[in-house]
Amino acid sequence: MSAASTGTGWDTSLRRGLLLFVAMFVMIVMVGMVQGTASMLLILTQATAYALIALGLNIQWGYGGLFNFAIMGFLMVGGASTVFLSYPVNTAFWDSDGPMLLGRALVALLIGLGLVMLARQSRRIGISGRIRTALIVLAWFAGYVIYRSQIDPAAAYIESTAGFIGGLGLHPVLGWAFGGLVSAVIAFFVGRISLGLRTDYLAIATIGISEIIRALIKNMDWLTRGTMTVSPMPWPTPLPQELRALGFTIQDSFIIARLGFLALTALILVGMFFFVQRAYGGPWGRMMRAIRDNHIAAASMGKNVTGRQLELFVLGSILMGIGGAILATFTQIFDPSGYQPINHTFMIWVMVIVGGAGNNWGVVLGAFLIYIVWVISDPLAQLIFVNLSVLTQELGWGAIPEIDSRALQMRVFVLGVVITIALRYAPRGILPETVRREA
Amino acid sequence: MDELIFFINRVLISGTVLGSIYALGAIGITLIFGILRFAHFAHGDMMTMGAFIAFVLAGVLASAGIVTPLPTGVVVLPVAMVLAAIIALGIDKSFYAPLRQRGARPVTLLIASIGVTLMIQGVIRLIFGSGTRSFFADETKDIFRIDMSWAGAQRPISVTEPQVIMFVVTALLVVALHLFLTRSRLGKAMRAMADNADLAQVSGINTALVVRVTWVIAGSLACVAGTMLALDVALMPDLAFNIVLPIFAAAIVGGLGHAYGAIVGGFLIAFAETLAVFNWTAVLRPLNAVLPEGMALPPNLSLVPTEYKLTVAFIILVITLLARPTGIFKGAST
Repeated sequence: MSAASTGTGWDTSLRRGLLLFVAMFVMIVMVGMVQGTASMLLILTQATAYALIALGLNIQWGYGGLFNFAIMGFLMVGGASTVFLSYPVNTAFWDSDGPMLLGRALVALLIGLGLVMLARQSRRIGISGRIRTALIVLAWFAGYVIYRSQIDPAAAYIESTAGFIGGLGLHPVLGWAFGGLVSAVIAFFVGRISLGLRTDYLAIATIGISEIIRALIKNMDWLTRGTMTVSPMPWPTPLPQELRALGFTIQDSFIIARLGFLALTALILVGMFFFVQRAYGGPWGRMMRAIRDNHIAAASMGKNVTGRQLELFVLGSILMGIGGAILATFTQIFDPSGYQPINHTFMIWVMVIVGGAGNNWGVVLGAFLIYIVWVISDPLAQLIFVNLSVLTQELGWGAIPEIDSRALQMRVFVLGVVITIALRYAPRGILPETVRREA
Repeated sequence: MDELIFFINRVLISGTVLGSIYALGAIGITLIFGILRFAHFAHGDMMTMGAFIAFVLAGVLASAGIVTPLPTGVVVLPVAMVLAAIIALGIDKSFYAPLRQRGARPVTLLIASIGVTLMIQGVIRLIFGSGTRSFFADETKDIFRIDMSWAGAQRPISVTEPQVIMFVVTALLVVALHLFLTRSRLGKAMRAMADNADLAQVSGINTALVVRVTWVIAGSLACVAGTMLALDVALMPDLAFNIVLPIFAAAIVGGLGHAYGAIVGGFLIAFAETLAVFNWTAVLRPLNAVLPEGMALPPNLSLVPTEYKLTVAFIILVITLLARPTGIFKGAST
């Protein structure tokens, strides 16, 4: 496309990027004209959150070459954290014996961890080798039993009396920050465990970890209400209902409320983008690229490869946690069963690969493009199916049943086609990474 | 005695069923990894696809009015295996082979397999919708009850017909695979290529043929595993998506690239899962008579709650990756 044009490499890629962004803008406007401003704003706000998440993956995969299939897990962590911080206070829980029981469970957890730590230190008193390993395993088991003996009754008690522990009633933006923080802590431990693995193993290990996180959040009803879902989550900006109370029409109230939310998320995206882009251009980014492209050489230059990779993993996961928190707040509902690897892990990968791993502009572009494609392939497929159905009826085969649910599945297929085409014909993405070199 | 029967029904039988499915799936994953050096994520969906092919064939057979003594899902299995193998070859030819020719890294192939996953899943859901189907909508699922009253037990050992067939089929397939890998020329070529692809090619082994055979074996075994799973439980579009991760765990625990390891790993993971969620009180209840007052066993004494059954596989996986990344048997590490 751009190979034939004249000028230096920078100019062509800049022109190409500008053109693609303009194309995306036209696409958004078209969606807006077809589906109405309110739903265009809905798509844009969610796409902004996804762009933030995709930036996080770009830090991990684009900058560092770290495979992360645990994106869904971090999104869930972000969502659950913002529920805990920003959901209104549940007085029924705080007035009951729940906090005391949870406190005991916490003490039990600490005792368990203490046992494990002690077992790990047993080398000091001359126990080593297999006996020490056995001791550590035994300590883990004992710790688990102690913790379970306290948490099970506490969970049952809370679920039967207060439902769940509720939130702290703080501002949602604080909840988002908290989502990033919790994600960072979890990412630190996940990274410590798994970053030493080769790519394939890392992919499987991370996808396993994200499934563990999902199972935990889905089944810890006392903490997250599990499949019973938490709603409505408060917004940081005025809600449509509040605007309607001020005298706006229904149509306007949705548009203005979503505009407000979009402005806030766009601000966060721009701010994060600025930092991520600056970091990429600086010595830090050069070091990360060196580690990505040849970690052996980088290590021999005195770079702490594992430490740096852990840093990237944690940084990327913070953005994912924040993005997940924003998504949960925006939809106003935290539903653990709504999280699927396809929507929340693989789609982000498609965004980054299609956009251009390593290039932040490309990744943001990819995020918006793919999210719009994802959303509009449902009505498009429905249109095709309805027409096909007319055809089959004329042929005497009868109408196509369940068009609604089938058309929804078209999105998955389209996503697969898009990534396949991208890998085949544009393996470096539509806006490939450009590494500036002093000529 | 009843407790023992309960244990056999709940752990031995269901563990073996699950283990057979995991093993058949894991063999495919491990062979693909050994020959082509990438983690094939679309394997779970190849299983689902195989199950749906068998389902369609069974429907055709039933509408033709043919009644067989065995469940129709089993009767059509050979044909379904052939079709699944052809589709697997087609998938390789159209999606993976072009990338391999370009010299793409294994990671790219892994991401491509995600694309294939999405496409297969999309197609299956487009055609069949997202509801649950059963092979036994029109025919009955026979249950064999082995009377154990001679041993003083009131409950029988119960096995369903598909489960018995599954044990037999899995055993046959494993033996056949073993003979193929150790006795036939092509099987030896496959093992040689898994060990060292370049050396195999230099020695005159037709690597393209080996790759095709790998896909045929992987595709047909995936079809068997998927159909068995569908016969045992039910047929859903996301049937195997949840099971692809335990299968990967099985392949890794057994050592990626190691076919026998995959079988052992499959049964290991399956039994670990069933034992972890097993309610031990059911077996240990007689102890209540011996235990002092107030020390009675709690009504539910399982290691992990049932909701966390899947996580057992991942925890085993993570521990394996930490302690012995090459698996129990030394697998192909790079």
